[in-house]
Amino acid sequence: MDLRYSDVDEAFRARLREWLSSELPKLPVQPARDDWSARRGWDTDWQRRLFDAGYAGINWPKEFGGQGATPSQHLVFLEETTRARAPYVGVNFVGLLHAGPTIIAEGTDAQKTDHLANILRGDEVWCQGFSEPQAGSDLAAVRTKAVLDGDHYIVTGQKIWCSYGQIGDYGELLVRTDPDAPKHKGITWLMLPMDLPGIEIRPLKTVLGSSEFAELFLDEVRVPVSCRIGAENDGWRVTNVTLAFERGTAFVSEMVDALRLIDDLSPYVTDPAYRRELGHLAAEMDGIWALTKRNVTQAARTGVMGPGSMMIKYAYSELRQRLGELSMKVLERDVLAIDAVGEFVEERLRTLALTIAAGTSQIQKNIIGERVLGLPKEPRP
Amino acid sequence: MNFDLTDDQVALRDGIRSLLIGRFSMERVREGFDRSMFDELTEAGVFSLRADGFSWADSVVVYEELGRACVPGPLVGSAGADAVVDVIEGRSGDAVWVEHLASLDRLLTLGHDGIREIPAASLMGAEADWPLDPLTPAHRVESLPAGELVGSASEASQLLNESTLLTAAQQVGLASALVDMSVGYAIAREQFGRPIGSFQAVKHMCAEMAVKAEVARAAVQAAACIMDDPDTGDMMRSLHGAKIVAGESAIMNGRTATQVYGGMGFTWEVDVHLYLKRAWVLETRFGSADTHADAVAEMLPQPERSQR
Repeated sequence: MDLRYSDVDEAFRARLREWLSSELPKLPVQPARDDWSARRGWDTDWQRRLFDAGYAGINWPKEFGGQGATPSQHLVFLEETTRARAPYVGVNFVGLLHAGPTIIAEGTDAQKTDHLANILRGDEVWCQGFSEPQAGSDLAAVRTKAVLDGDHYIVTGQKIWCSYGQIGDYGELLVRTDPDAPKHKGITWLMLPMDLPGIEIRPLKTVLGSSEFAELFLDEVRVPVSCRIGAENDGWRVTNVTLAFERGTAFVSEMVDALRLIDDLSPYVTDPAYRRELGHLAAEMDGIWALTKRNVTQAARTGVMGPGSMMIKYAYSELRQRLGELSMKVLERDVLAIDAVGEFVEERLRTLALTIAAGTSQIQKNIIGERVLGLPKEPRP
Repeated sequence: MNFDLTDDQVALRDGIRSLLIGRFSMERVREGFDRSMFDELTEAGVFSLRADGFSWADSVVVYEELGRACVPGPLVGSAGADAVVDVIEGRSGDAVWVEHLASLDRLLTLGHDGIREIPAASLMGAEADWPLDPLTPAHRVESLPAGELVGSASEASQLLNESTLLTAAQQVGLASALVDMSVGYAIAREQFGRPIGSFQAVKHMCAEMAVKAEVARAAVQAAACIMDDPDTGDMMRSLHGAKIVAGESAIMNGRTATQVYGGMGFTWEVDVHLYLKRAWVLETRFGSADTHADAVAEMLPQPERSQR
């Protein structure tokens, strides 16, 4: 058991550091937070730079245009890019971390050809269309209906929490194709071209006052059958493939970012009791980071993320709430203006979502209790 | 990077675990630490791990198992010794609590000037009638003798670091055993016609305990790996962090397990209280979570007067 990165990994780190230090100063000025078309341009410009330098799709297999990095190199990549304050994955999140890996795992050759390279180059932006007003934690309760009509599905329904809905080229869409089957057995996973007639997108303003989310209203939208990922009515299994990716690595850069935020907050923390609390939080974050390394090691050996990934998401997001609360105490009256001191108040607001998105803490604890510890399931009505 | 138990470490863990299950049942553990327990642990190689070529990463695997089995005694101080030894932080003239005095051959004290050795026979104090942990007898020694200087200041800080690490490993073992006990009870115990572990209120407590134990184990094993290979991280920060999260996981899991067991958790008969009491005892050794948190905070960027 050791924490030593291989010489190959260290060489990879050195090359990446060098590239980051030459590339980051060249980035254009960041656009305003609510100018979504400009943000799309800025985020995809960064993705294009990664692509040109051979860093796009760092953990995607080489045969699909990725870099085929080992899990430990992937960790190095996320450590270094976050520490260097390189741009966040941003509008490329759904494509790179959700839809792309799902297409790699479950898509046809034509679907791979049509989408994977475009996602890697930053030419294609994806948005999410999983949750519905009546299907949040109980995601398998989705009602958006798709009826087969020749070589199209006619899709009608409503989606919510569509990340990057205003600017996405494609959406990952869960629809109900068999209303009579048990709820997990009648779902299908579709790629939704966002320019089809019958789609209405309404920005959903969050507590930050901005709108990276949207509501999606679908009125008899004709989606080609060729947009289906996996078999009809097999969408729940495909969804779990998608979510496994999300729970596996999607939060690693958030964690490195939290370590950086602790360092950034520290100079403002003068009260001994608050400094002590900050010391606790730093230690816990180090522990969660160590558990991440454990998980990455297991992934490298077995090919799948271990049960630790469910624990990491829960532990990290809860810790982030405490760090947010500490920030508010430390800043005292300076919290009255969100941008008065650093990014701490904005972060406090943004991170309210972390214990809700991608499975609430309560759902995570059900999963840990039932799948990891083997506790009996709650009787379902 | 292979931050997971190697095959040898899995064998080491399984070997010591089955040895402890075989020889140190809770009936035996409840009789407390004595010379025969020391001899058996010595024979099993527990106190000669380093001399026998085992790494710190190996050592924490073994000490976690000692914690899991709730084995009492001066196990950390006796590491590397050929006698029953405890090690505490303290200086000449300090009033201190000494654990297991009746079984000790000698006591080592860690101070600014180095390691001092005090023969147990020269330690005078009254034994507590009512110790917190019934398996950790405690004597109040009103004034520590000066003893004999046997190690330098740097050797003292090295021994302090090693003792902190092994104590944290024991704490992980306590935390982890408490998860297993609680899950077992939550499956077996029925109320309202079904296992209490099927209720979210109980299930979530068990999940929280499991997360605490896993994070703590990763933190302790990371600190051990860095002690073995100091280039791979910040040893002092990882050590402080390990003691913090391990101590908190043992205490929190002890309290949560008491809650999962309900009224039975408040009885002498159920073992949970022995684990929780040990967790509280170990928290007082080699720095509490709060003192280590202060140390971590010292390592973070410091405030300047001109800030804000």
